[in-house]
Amino acid sequence: MAIIDCPEEIPCNPCETICPSGAIKVGQPITNIPLLDEEKCTGCGRCLPICPGLAISILNYRFRKDEAALTVPYELLPLPEPGETVMAVDRQGRQLTEGKIVRLIAPEKNQQTALVTFSFPRKFYRKVCYFKRKRNHTP
Amino acid sequence: MEKKVEVLIVGAGPAGLSAAIEVARGGARVLVVDENGVAGGQLFKQIHRFFGSRDHSAGVRGFEIGTRLLRECENAGVEIMLNSVVWGLFPDMTAGVVFFNKHNVAVRAERIILSCGASENTLNFPGWTLPGVMGAGAAQTMMNIHRVLPGKEAIMVGSGNVGLIVGYQLIQAGCQVKAVLEILPEVGGYKVHANKLARLGVEILTSWTVVEARGREKVEEVVISRVDSKLQPMAGSKRTISADLVCMAVGLSPLAELAWMAGCRFGYFPLLGGFVPLHGANLETTLPGIYVAGDISGIEEASTAMEEGKLAAVSVLESLKRISPAEAAGRRKVISQSLVSLRRGPYGDFRQKEKERIFREFEKVKEGSGGYH
Ligand SMILES: Cc1cc2nc3c(=O)[nH]c(=O)nc-3n(C[C@H](O)[C@H](O)[C@H](O)COP(=O)(O)OP(=O)(O)OC[C@H]3O[C@@H](n4cnc5c(N)ncnc54)[C@H](O)[C@@H]3O)c2cc1C
Repeated sequence: MAIIDCPEEIPCNPCETICPSGAIKVGQPITNIPLLDEEKCTGCGRCLPICPGLAISILNYRFRKDEAALTVPYELLPLPEPGETVMAVDRQGRQLTEGKIVRLIAPEKNQQTALVTFSFPRKFYRKVCYFKRKRNHTP
Repeated sequence: MEKKVEVLIVGAGPAGLSAAIEVARGGARVLVVDENGVAGGQLFKQIHRFFGSRDHSAGVRGFEIGTRLLRECENAGVEIMLNSVVWGLFPDMTAGVVFFNKHNVAVRAERIILSCGASENTLNFPGWTLPGVMGAGAAQTMMNIHRVLPGKEAIMVGSGNVGLIVGYQLIQAGCQVKAVLEILPEVGGYKVHANKLARLGVEILTSWTVVEARGREKVEEVVISRVDSKLQPMAGSKRTISADLVCMAVGLSPLAELAWMAGCRFGYFPLLGGFVPLHGANLETTLPGIYVAGDISGIEEASTAMEEGKLAAVSVLESLKRISPAEAAGRRKVISQSLVSLRRGPYGDFRQKEKERIFREFEKVKEGSGGYH
């Protein structure tokens, strides 16, 4: 299911336009905050790369036994590799626990935005919002 | 050398290009002049996806919007003169243009649209002239146009959208952002942009400012300080950070010298960047035949700049009798509605109010009072 972290009234609605199941509603005026209809959301992830704020992620609460997985848009190079151990971080970039990259959708598929899925111990699911690589981002 | 056109447009940013496409489609002969080697204004520096609605290419990266506009210009038959600076605008509607720093051309036009954009504000502090201190836009031009990394360790001054977006792009380019400083108690730009930086571990320090840049030949370290409620540096709160880049993202000012020179009346609108050429709802200035669109008419966004470009074009086509007043009114209504919808919410309401204030001041001048020369 999608998690939308978009708390301000800014003039923006591509998430609404792209959603194939009509689960995201912004409406008029376009400064409304997007509302997600959790019943309708299929977790397809189309809204992730289109969001200019990189503010949407997909949580898979039951990824594996005791593990959740989060899919996030990622625009830094070099890209992480499946199997890589990463830091699962909170909104301030503080490491909460370790995570593991499980899937990568190449940036070319979505106009240069990669989608990265990483898994981590489920008990951290409320706080984990992104990941950082152990190696530096610097190419 | 002399050249005659029906419509001259100064500046090939989103405002100027959108205006040119509409004017050309309306059948008028249009020339766009821009000082850069490539048309597109700010757009080709913007590697991030833009906000807005589908009609405003939301979710599309800025440079791709630029490519689309250029393609439409080509299809519509717009003439664009690059590497050419408009250095003067004279009362008889003649513009002085220097082509490639060499050839002077006097371009005489029946109508002129000024869409020159804006220039970056700067801050003065000890060390601000050292290499390594620059505008955030300059850093962006170095990275995204010329592919040169402006520094390895950066301090960003200002947390408006420009500061936050360029801060993120510095990280994408491989630079470490040591901190974003904001003199006010609150972050200025969109929360989503601030969140992108925060979750990568970048500190956004509110109520902090830069007080000094130090170094022998270039910036080596930066002194920052907390500020009090009067925005003055507080004694004993200084911190020294090693950095080789200080980027200033402290606002933009309309690039309106040509309008001053021509004799347009101005008003002071600090929330829109300072002195703005007064204009009516159809974007005509106090000088008949001269129009403004985009950041020159008040600092806003590319989405509003494109709509204003179209609006100015409709006014120009109407005044040249290329379209009927009824058609012009109809098209103006659609564009105005779109502009109103873009000027809403906590980042838009004040712009709508300020724009309306500009229109009122313009009416006063038309009635014979007010406005600065
Ligand atoms: C970092 C950053 C991020 C941004 N992100 C967004 C965003 O996500 N969404 C959004 O909608 N907007 C965004 N903007 C704002 C947007 O880029 C501007 O509002 C928009 O470019 C203004 O368009 P314009 O056509 O008025 O001016 P510009 O794009 O600045 O174009 C003006 C052109 O005129 C030329 N010119 C000026 N004077 C002369 C002269 N005398 N002779 C010849 N040529 C001249 C200039 O060189 C320039 O090419 C961003 C801006 C910045 C700096």
